[in-house]
Amino acid sequence: MEKTEIFVVGGGAAGMAAAIEAARAGAKVTVIDENERPGGQLFKQIHKFFGSGVHRAGTRGMQIGRDLLKEAREAGVKTRLNTVVYGIYPGKRLGLVCGDHTEELTSPIIILATGASENALAFPGWTLPGVMGAGATQTLININRVLPGRQALMVGAGNVGLIVTYQLLQAGGDVAAIVEALPYIGGYGVHASKVRRAGVSILTSHMVLRAEGNESVERAVIAQVDEKWQPVAGTEEVLEVDTICLAVGLSPLAELAWIAGCQFSYLPALGGWVPVHDENMESSLQGIYVAGDLAGIEEASTAMEEGRLAGLSAAEALGYLSHEVAETRKIEVQERLAALRIGSFGDGWAMAKKEFLRARCEK
Amino acid sequence: MRIEDHPILGKAERGKRITLNVDGEAVAAFEGENIAAALIASGRRVFRYTAKRMEPRGVFCALGRCTDCVMIVDGQPDVRTCVTPARDGMVIQTQVSRREGEATHDLEKEKD
Ligand SMILES: Cc1cc2nc3c(=O)[nH]c(=O)nc-3n(C[C@H](O)[C@H](O)[C@H](O)COP(=O)(O)OP(=O)(O)OC[C@H]3O[C@@H](n4cnc5c(N)ncnc54)[C@H](O)[C@@H]3O)c2cc1C
Ligand code: FES
Repeated sequence: MEKTEIFVVGGGAAGMAAAIEAARAGAKVTVIDENERPGGQLFKQIHKFFGSGVHRAGTRGMQIGRDLLKEAREAGVKTRLNTVVYGIYPGKRLGLVCGDHTEELTSPIIILATGASENALAFPGWTLPGVMGAGATQTLININRVLPGRQALMVGAGNVGLIVTYQLLQAGGDVAAIVEALPYIGGYGVHASKVRRAGVSILTSHMVLRAEGNESVERAVIAQVDEKWQPVAGTEEVLEVDTICLAVGLSPLAELAWIAGCQFSYLPALGGWVPVHDENMESSLQGIYVAGDLAGIEEASTAMEEGRLAGLSAAEALGYLSHEVAETRKIEVQERLAALRIGSFGDGWAMAKKEFLRARCEK
Repeated sequence: MRIEDHPILGKAERGKRITLNVDGEAVAAFEGENIAAALIASGRRVFRYTAKRMEPRGVFCALGRCTDCVMIVDGQPDVRTCVTPARDGMVIQTQVSRREGEATHDLEKEKD
């Protein structure tokens, strides 16, 4: 069997884009993913993306997912599905679990693109069945095609909260309200208007106080909060919902990068602890690259561009691309990334990413 | 509740009809879907009870990460039902997780 030169861990937007770029340049690439099919979060994103034309604005996430899989096949990317990577050990050895057996593999270059996990929020009753992640809801309705309940309360008015609310309505579900502890809506205006037009109110400066019910959620108690996030007396309200969706942010799924020994930095704008990387997406360890949500929570479109950078850099490191060609291609990607990182969120992301480069230079 | 028609995804394409045995009762499912989806569609919310306080737990992440949805499947405890495909005739039981060092067992035995 041909020896794999690059193992990509995680077959989401970032991992697939990285694999495609590297394989197109001639590298032998294998993507490992724990799921039955690659694509990561893309197949649950049934809404149209925005941005400019080169960013595939107006295309739905699921279509981008299908295109990526096709491009990967054409580029000769191999996939190992239903396989979990449980560790990385010195000498770039990957520990794999597949079904009931384990395996160890190694390659000169490893690209980590493991994505993110949803943050939880603890309040009395939060462990009751019926309280779940907004991403969990998105998976249930758009992939499994089942509604988690009759009526939901959405906690968090960032993009995930707004988008999943709208998708619950599209799926035939009902959303009583969206509560947001901040005094303003965190997500994009277009998403917020769509939800409002559909008749769902977005209650800013509001919090869920508790979930009540015997064996599962039967109602939620919400209240207005002051600027210190303390409930304002007399504003409690009971909502007859059986589902509470938590859309309170994502954190990089960074266990493998920790195990590998990558250096980390704490950057709230990017979701917390993020592996430090340079502009080629190489981590503090030579030959280990990071991309996508793992390298800082942003969006699917930025995840893909970061994946491309990692793929191009890896192909260059293996000698498949000359320095000149690689540089030209990377500058194109960098320009697209810069264009994606403008606006209220983007500025924060761009600043945080610059922090990294400074940290690397000082090293 | 199952979502049959969808404005963007269209009509649901589902596999062959199969039947699961869940705590002794027949539950309809479709080949290819995971166990948790079939159970939620059937109206179930409680998948297991915790060891110390016997608190109910259900699907939380739907991604195979949190282990809140584990059940006993064909005699094997701790199966993450949200990432395990349903198969015809599967025997599924509500799980009661025991304290450390004790074996996990099912509700029926707990009642004895
Ligand atoms: C629930 C959710 C909803 C989102 N919704 C949107 C949205 O609507 N619009 C938007 O622009 N962005 C959204 N995002 C943000 C996100 O930036 C992008 O969606 C994008 O998918 C991130 O791509 P990625 O490749 O970094 O991660 P993912 O798409 O999450 O891919 C990571 C893959 O790696 C696999 N994996 C992880 N660890 C291992 C391991 N140890 N072994 C094997 N496989 C592993 C995972 O199962 C997954 O398939 C969402 C994120 C989440 C989590
Ligand atoms: S719901 Fe989290 S593992 Fe199944």
